[in-house]
Amino acid sequence: METKTINSIPKTWEMEDLGNGRMVLNMGPSHPAMHGIVRILLTVEGERVVDSDVEIGYLHRGFEKTCENVTYNQVIPYTDRLNYVSPFINNVGFALAIEKLMDIETPERCKYLRVIMSELGRLEDHLTCIGANAMEQGAFTVYFYLINAREFLYQLTDSVAGGRVTPAYARVGGVTGDLPPDFKAKTAEVFRKVRKNLGDADKLLTRNRIFFDRMRGTGAISKRDAISMSFTGPVLRACGVPYDVRKATPYLVYDRFDFDIPVGDNGDNYDRYLVRMEEIKQSMRIVEQALAQIPEGPIRHADFNVILPAKEEVYGNIEALMAHFKLTYEGIKPTAGEIYQAVEGGNGELGYYVVSDGSGKPYRVRVRPPCFTLMAGLSKLINGGYIADIISTFGQINMIGGELER
Amino acid sequence: MNQDLIRTIQEKFPAQVTGTHAFRGDSTVTVRREALREVAGYLRDELGFEFLMDLTAVDYPEREDRFEMVYHFYSFKTNLRLRLKAPVNGKEPLIASLTPLWGAANWFEREAYDMFGIKFEGHPDLRRILMYDTFEGHPLRKDYPLKKRQPRIVHRE
Amino acid sequence: MGLETAFGHSFFTSRVDDAVNWARKYSFFQYPFVTACCGMEFMSVWASSYDIARFGAEFPRFSPRQADVLFVVGTVNEKLAPVLKRVYDQMCEPKWVVSFGVCATSGGFYDNYATVQGIDKIIPVDIYIPGCPPRPEAVLDALMKLQEKVSAESVMDKKYK
Repeated sequence: METKTINSIPKTWEMEDLGNGRMVLNMGPSHPAMHGIVRILLTVEGERVVDSDVEIGYLHRGFEKTCENVTYNQVIPYTDRLNYVSPFINNVGFALAIEKLMDIETPERCKYLRVIMSELGRLEDHLTCIGANAMEQGAFTVYFYLINAREFLYQLTDSVAGGRVTPAYARVGGVTGDLPPDFKAKTAEVFRKVRKNLGDADKLLTRNRIFFDRMRGTGAISKRDAISMSFTGPVLRACGVPYDVRKATPYLVYDRFDFDIPVGDNGDNYDRYLVRMEEIKQSMRIVEQALAQIPEGPIRHADFNVILPAKEEVYGNIEALMAHFKLTYEGIKPTAGEIYQAVEGGNGELGYYVVSDGSGKPYRVRVRPPCFTLMAGLSKLINGGYIADIISTFGQINMIGGELER
Repeated sequence: MNQDLIRTIQEKFPAQVTGTHAFRGDSTVTVRREALREVAGYLRDELGFEFLMDLTAVDYPEREDRFEMVYHFYSFKTNLRLRLKAPVNGKEPLIASLTPLWGAANWFEREAYDMFGIKFEGHPDLRRILMYDTFEGHPLRKDYPLKKRQPRIVHRE
Repeated sequence: MGLETAFGHSFFTSRVDDAVNWARKYSFFQYPFVTACCGMEFMSVWASSYDIARFGAEFPRFSPRQADVLFVVGTVNEKLAPVLKRVYDQMCEPKWVVSFGVCATSGGFYDNYATVQGIDKIIPVDIYIPGCPPRPEAVLDALMKLQEKVSAESVMDKKYK
């Protein structure tokens, strides 16, 4: 039987009959059961997917080119919109990258703040991923439970950063603001609600026959293939590789917390789901420990050449005023050089490769988006399965257009 | 640790390594364009760098070899990172593909092709990935204007 | 006037426009064309805390042929522009378009080779929602504005030529 190779799949919007009982089916870019805009051209034989070609680029917004034309701190709002489900991690990653380039350390309290907000971001990411995935498979109630839990988290992070989805919280050398006075009590209350909603979702999903059957064994990949495809994050951990940047190369103060890295054995969708469920609990553990340990102190770097001085300083001190002026107009100027800084994003290793030529604008900013490699491997995961399996696999890949296509 | 790694590679490929440096804890090895696949294969098979974490390019229009390919490797076994760089000529940008060694190289290289116009020898399916087929030019080249748009359909008004 | 006196209170009169618009504005079937970050807030509006169902607009239709309101949620780039146009063309009249967030409205702070500077370059828009992304309250406000707009229309209008 002759098969058409991927290259020769016709680029049309129509369904095409290839003969031999096969046909080409066009899925996306705007498809009901898929969040995000991606187009998959499927060669199907009945309900079976024989071959597939994933086409991306529908949310390419020129992030990397834009970064070359703005100052370092102006990049931060753009990083919010990379992985817009966990914006704090992107902020923090970029700030860390530039701090590494400038060879500076932020104060202790700032590091703790960054950890706390990153983990709240991770919670938002995983809750959205599981909620949306469950909804696409028909479990609408779970979506409401988890999105409500996320709503509480949004209100919590809003009280700190002043933004729900795009907070732009980190700055090179610090963060924009300190915790509000009642943050600890509020967090405890929010976590109580999140745990309750999560427990409800767990009861509805984990031992649910329909959900189990659609997740177990679908979209599976071996450990070897996953490493070859450079998978990272929950999808890699579901294959049994305990790689997590927070443990492997601890940044900020992650080495001071007691938390576990959950791993699966089968590398299928069900294991990915279980890994994410466990990671939610671990993230809450980290936040609770961080809130218990967080020291008092400054939240910005002391040097005026790095971060804007406090308002009182600007009004009362000529040097601070000049620094304010220079930072606003020219921005910080790291030494020439290149660095790569990785943080653990919601979907895996989020890396920033920054090249500086010593001027106020980055020469090149490259983001290593975690779901880029996952999407590159999507064809491998769905070929041979049923069309319906694509929904659960795609949901667990957790494609985020902003970081995938930048 | 990093110095040992750089020395090992230098001793293995004395003629191919053209430069090394360590900056802020990141170790970098620059190799000749022709030796890329050989060195990458050695990194994967002998030194245990099983992850190709990132692959990208940087455009330096004033240099003789205009583009610089940048590869980031990570080894889970030894917990080391390494950056490999290889210069590529601007007139005829061509370099060996790493797709035979890492599946992940496929899309990364397509992106580098799309954004910089660098061709990869031995790539099974080299076509645009983020932009559309009718798009002319390569947006991340320094000489591509930031706001030069190429609409696919006629805009209103 | 005369009819009520003849038939009692089991009866009332209205204009066709009012009756039709009343039905239309409380049963928007929306097509969420979700592309980017704004989708997160769109999900929030949809979920129970903000409860878009109070406005009768909770039901998403992923087939453009069954939808009344097109929500363009997020950035549209040049690659996606033909898709958006096609989705819009497939919708039956009467149809309305809501541009959700600044990217859809004007391109936002993405002003470069890839992005379309506002979806009104591609399709006509009825309501623009500002914000990056808009807070859920802003979305609900926009929905009420759309309801006002709908109630001022007439079935005899030939809006979309």
